[in-house]
Amino acid sequence: MDIQLKRGLLDVCVLAAIKNEASYGYKIIKDLKPYIELSESTLYTILKRLETANLLTVSTAEHGGRLRKYYHITNDGLKRIEDFKNEWQEILSIYQFVSKEDITNDQA
Amino acid sequence: MTKLNFLFELRDKLSGLPKEDIEERLNFYSEMIEDRIEEGLLEEEAVAAIGTTDEIAKQIIYDTPFTKIAKEKLKPKNKPKIWEIILLVLGFPLWLPLSIAAFAVAFSLYIALWAVIISFWAVFASFIGCAVGGVISAVVFAVNGNTFTAFAILAAALICAGLSIFIFFGCKLATKGILLLTEKVIIYTKSLFVKKGEVK
Repeated sequence: MDIQLKRGLLDVCVLAAIKNEASYGYKIIKDLKPYIELSESTLYTILKRLETANLLTVSTAEHGGRLRKYYHITNDGLKRIEDFKNEWQEILSIYQFVSKEDITNDQA
Repeated sequence: MTKLNFLFELRDKLSGLPKEDIEERLNFYSEMIEDRIEEGLLEEEAVAAIGTTDEIAKQIIYDTPFTKIAKEKLKPKNKPKIWEIILLVLGFPLWLPLSIAAFAVAFSLYIALWAVIISFWAVFASFIGCAVGGVISAVVFAVNGNTFTAFAILAAALICAGLSIFIFFGCKLATKGILLLTEKVIIYTKSLFVKKGEVK
């Protein structure tokens, strides 16, 4: 897959994983596992990028005698997901057009 | 490997990076291991699931901008001794031209590499030129009734066109190779800076 495209997809996937409630690193990886395999190093880079872009905020909370970082989505983050959905609506219609061309070529 | 061993090894391999960055990374991986243990994995399994410290360190160095690494390298770790400063100042007429020369050599080698690539492309362009020119002059000769010459020139033009296709793929491959090499050299240079931090 195109690197730029994959990067955009991963960003939105991570945002979607924290959309309903704040989540932590390992849970994000587990929640995304059925859809996309994410290594710890990749997740770290994505979280950092999203934090710098103000799409999420980080808080630290105590859990079982140790500290754990929780990631919260911001309004900008929510907007990013909506933008993504709209963009893909466009891409989907292009995809349908491209697939339709295939069929007519097959028949010809 | 235990969690502590893993973190110790990773810290060692990242020692050329800024301290805050290292701490943040280590906390992140530590949390990941703890969460896996909490879920029922043994410590060894949890550490193995994260990957080897070599792989992780390589990825982290790749992700860290060069400027950050260089800045960390230039930051004085502990106060330099007086004789080090004196040596640095006295050696100035020596080390400055030497480092400029080293940089110039590396830079000129790189430019030379690109010059070769450009010349390849020029050969490709000249073959295309021959092909197009050949076809045109073949037409001119044919119109003037000089059929034999026209055919000979047309054949030469077609050979040029064929060769230019081969050369095109060769040029493309060579250009790609150089770009790949550039990336490799950048990563290598970066890791050189980070690894030097290990020897203290």
